Amino acid sequence: MTTTNKITYNGGCVIAMQGKDCIGIATDRRFGLQSHTAGEDCQKVFHLSPRLYLGLTGLQTDIMTVYNRLLYRKNVYEINEGREVSPKVLTELLSHLLYEHRFGPFFVEPVIAGLDPETLEPYICCMDLIGCANVTNDFVATGTCSDQLVGMCESVWSPNLNATELFKTIAQAMLGSFNRDAVSGWGSSIFILEKDKITERLIRTRKD
Amino acid sequence: METLLGIKGPDFVMLAADTTHAHSVVVMKEDENKIHKVADNLLISTVGESGDTEQFTEFIAKNIALYKMRNGYDLSPHSAAHFTRKNLAESLRSRTRYQVFMFIAGYDPAEGPELTFIDYLASAQSVNYAGHGYGSMFCSSIFDRYWHPNITQEEAYDVLKKCVLEIQKRLIVNLKNFNVAVVDKNGVRHLDQISSKSLIDYNAAA
Repeated sequence: MTTTNKITYNGGCVIAMQGKDCIGIATDRRFGLQSHTAGEDCQKVFHLSPRLYLGLTGLQTDIMTVYNRLLYRKNVYEINEGREVSPKVLTELLSHLLYEHRFGPFFVEPVIAGLDPETLEPYICCMDLIGCANVTNDFVATGTCSDQLVGMCESVWSPNLNATELFKTIAQAMLGSFNRDAVSGWGSSIFILEKDKITERLIRTRKD
Repeated sequence: METLLGIKGPDFVMLAADTTHAHSVVVMKEDENKIHKVADNLLISTVGESGDTEQFTEFIAKNIALYKMRNGYDLSPHSAAHFTRKNLAESLRSRTRYQVFMFIAGYDPAEGPELTFIDYLASAQSVNYAGHGYGSMFCSSIFDRYWHPNITQEEAYDVLKKCVLEIQKRLIVNLKNFNVAVVDKNGVRHLDQISSKSLIDYNAAA
């Protein structure tokens, strides 16, 4: 692993987009070991809270370690505070977790997407591997094909999309981008989170 | 140069492992068993750095046995895989890094069969079929072609025979024998070895 790039070893990508009173988060489904595809139903988005999703891309082992450790911290927070964690606070929790390993980091690029538990305001943010958070109100994209993703999102996204339009927009952005990346793909899982429901859809694509 | 294979059916998991133990270019042992029965419903097969394989597998196996002694019931295969992965991930960024590739295979009456592929970096993934080692490169497409969700134990054994035939034909290293074990609702069973002798009359195309 010394000469290979740890962030791109397993491949993968995540995007999140903000719509009108809703957010969407999508990932690909490939689990690879450089060029060899070992799994095609890899879960990279985790439902941390009723209205909160965490998407992680990067080194698979660190994805699982960061998820498990963040879940532990979130659970302790909820027990201590007696309330649901909000996306802003989760961003701080994750940022601290990652910066604690500043000189020996986890090779992950997280994306947080959710609705505030009190105000139901949509929230998305992405982070680098040492916890620098970037909160926006349009879209965020991380992963091996992040350049393609940002380009696609920039052209197809517009503000105040409703849930159906948001799904179509996210799907277009994902498919167009990971089809041009050899180490991402093998289908896409898309979650649209609205005030009163969550819709999970799986898009089957060419497996190549 | 060692190879592990695993294949999961609707109510069983079958593992195959080669039996060669080599030290650089010298074959030290031809009948090494790499598939370990860890509990009545759990198998672990391990390859990797010599020494690390035995130490890490034994550590996990004894802790799983301890869980049963303390609590009175077995750890489920999913939990056993989670425990294994956590320990391997913690050792990854420490002074004592274990370099092991493993399969955790188990059957739980409530949750069904479970086959977990664990990489040397502690990337764990629940899969229907997979392999570790150079031999597994030749088997991916055989698994893709012949596996289906309702595969039977006989069909799975046949798929493993096709895989071993291909490995023995195309891998530069000679892997003469493969041990095969299966775990299902009746527990763990060892099946006949797949060896070059047993494959003499085998017609893979059939």
